[in-house]
Amino acid sequence: MYRYDEFDHKLVAERARQFRRQVKRRLSGELTEDQFKPLRLMNGLYMQLHAYMLRVNVPYGSLSSRQLRKFAHIARTYDRDFGHFTTRQNIQFNWIKLEEVPDILEELAEVEVTAIQSSGNCVRNITSDHYAGRARDELADPRVYCELLRQYTILNPDFSYLPRKFKIALTGSPRDRAAVALHDIGLRMHRNEAGEIGFEVLVGGGQGRTPFIAHTIRDWLAPEHLLSYVESILRVYNMYGRRDNMHKARIKIIVNQMGIDRYRELVEADWEQIKDSVLKVPQAEVDRINAYFAPPEYECLADIPDELNDVRARIPEFDQWMAANVAEHRVPGYSIVNLSLKAPGLPPGDMTADTMDAVADLADRYSLDEIRVNHRQNLSFVDVRQRDLFTLWKELKLLDLATPNIQSVSDIICCPGLDYCNLANSRSIPVAQDLSRHFVDVDHLALVGDFTINISGCMNACGHHHVGNIGILGVNKRGKEYFQLTLGGSSDENAALGDRLGRALPQGQVPAAVETIVDTYLAIRLDGERFLDTYRRVGIEPFREAVYSPVQARAVA
Amino acid sequence: MQMIIANRLLDGRVVFMDDSGGWVNDIADGSLLVSQQDAAEQLTAAQQAVEENEVVDPYLIDVSADGGRRRPVQVRERIRAFGPSVGLVPQGHGGV
Repeated sequence: MYRYDEFDHKLVAERARQFRRQVKRRLSGELTEDQFKPLRLMNGLYMQLHAYMLRVNVPYGSLSSRQLRKFAHIARTYDRDFGHFTTRQNIQFNWIKLEEVPDILEELAEVEVTAIQSSGNCVRNITSDHYAGRARDELADPRVYCELLRQYTILNPDFSYLPRKFKIALTGSPRDRAAVALHDIGLRMHRNEAGEIGFEVLVGGGQGRTPFIAHTIRDWLAPEHLLSYVESILRVYNMYGRRDNMHKARIKIIVNQMGIDRYRELVEADWEQIKDSVLKVPQAEVDRINAYFAPPEYECLADIPDELNDVRARIPEFDQWMAANVAEHRVPGYSIVNLSLKAPGLPPGDMTADTMDAVADLADRYSLDEIRVNHRQNLSFVDVRQRDLFTLWKELKLLDLATPNIQSVSDIICCPGLDYCNLANSRSIPVAQDLSRHFVDVDHLALVGDFTINISGCMNACGHHHVGNIGILGVNKRGKEYFQLTLGGSSDENAALGDRLGRALPQGQVPAAVETIVDTYLAIRLDGERFLDTYRRVGIEPFREAVYSPVQARAVA
Repeated sequence: MQMIIANRLLDGRVVFMDDSGGWVNDIADGSLLVSQQDAAEQLTAAQQAVEENEVVDPYLIDVSADGGRRRPVQVRERIRAFGPSVGLVPQGHGGV
């Protein structure tokens, strides 16, 4: 588990004190709202529809049970008893009072958590594979390099006033669970021909109103050059990024306007100047940080497939959960368990303070004290002994956290939408609730298989609608909420943007339309095909026809 | 008809301007503005409240008052006035 060093402690404590003074100056009128806004945003504090919202970083998605208990305490003491896990492995508190924020930041600092750079035109919270350090297919733990980048970019004046926000994601596995191709910079670990581990560097991906899949700017980068190469990408962005129009200010716009080849030329030319400078990463530093992420001491166990299969054969519900929510661990005798925050009818990603405490207790008992947050707004226990799986399942069922729907139709990504967000133009949570209540038959979920539905309440795409197998975008037409569907999106290692299905639908017609799409897929899929495979084989027409044919239109009207 | 809506600086809560130029939490207690002139005058007063660090981002919203119950015309403003449509506090996960 990562821990702060003495610099972090000092920096975070000073930052909390600094913000206390800034809040005082704002409340006394010494600072105007225009002057204060960039200061509060750099500390993760937004003004939303009903109150201030505080976004707190969960670095690389890793939490200790002590940190989760602190979130429960914050929710209970300063908010309305709940928090919302986001698509960037963060947690948001929705009902915060400005005058209490300095106290909250100090409380968070006690458990080595901050809200620094969770907003603003800077390098945001760096995200990673939520299975990092545990996945069986992983080359190396990517969080070491996340941390190296964080230490270099945090409060770095060169990167504090970028043209626009900047998001970096890393994965150490060939299976991309971190959506790296949808980031300003994505880093994918792989081996070169000599067998050495390095990074494929991607640049210019992103969602929002102008979505792009990132381009590969460099096939393989030695880890010792990570900081200098990222610096060069940022320097070129700082030089050429547009500051006159916020909608055209992201790096994706520049990369796609000048073309990846030209952008690469500029970066490589800059990099030649600095690659062997002080930015070259000493192995000793990597080793030092690596020690912070050292795996826990595992017991010497063996996998127990026979015993588990025996229980699975007797208890179908446990079998469904094992199949959907449990993943392989790199250490024999252990498994990764995903906790579904998508029980039917609940707002995706929301968790009450009491449930946070209960999950922290379970993590202590069953997961070596660690919890992960993933970008699909679920949690994971990454170190569960296989012999504890059945007991843990029963405990999670009591908390409604064992819905066997990970990566299925009802495991929906959903932004807060117009119920909370100042930018949204339609509600997204009620659509997710409708769909999760619609798809409750777990046998049907298993039959449909691997499927993602992502919902955003506006074109800013916090709900990742562009890369959902079914994407749902809320739009406002003459004061009324409508929903635009896209098909075929994906955020994995073969990332793709969805294609627009047809005219937008009123909320009441969305569940029937989704069901029609699912049924059409089931009717035409070939053996072993996921929805995405079928879609890529047949294209959009069969689905468009099914949803918008006159008979269907009458049925859903 | 119109009303002035804003966020209170101290806690960010949604507030409405009342007849005396103060700020109230309940839309029923806010000032209903019928004429363009009243609306313009109260918006000026609201801007003064920004200067005095009471509220941020005040603006006029359209409101209907059928049957005596005030209701913002736009869905966004209804959500601001009455809270999230998904409930203020989620029911939470079962068993807790």
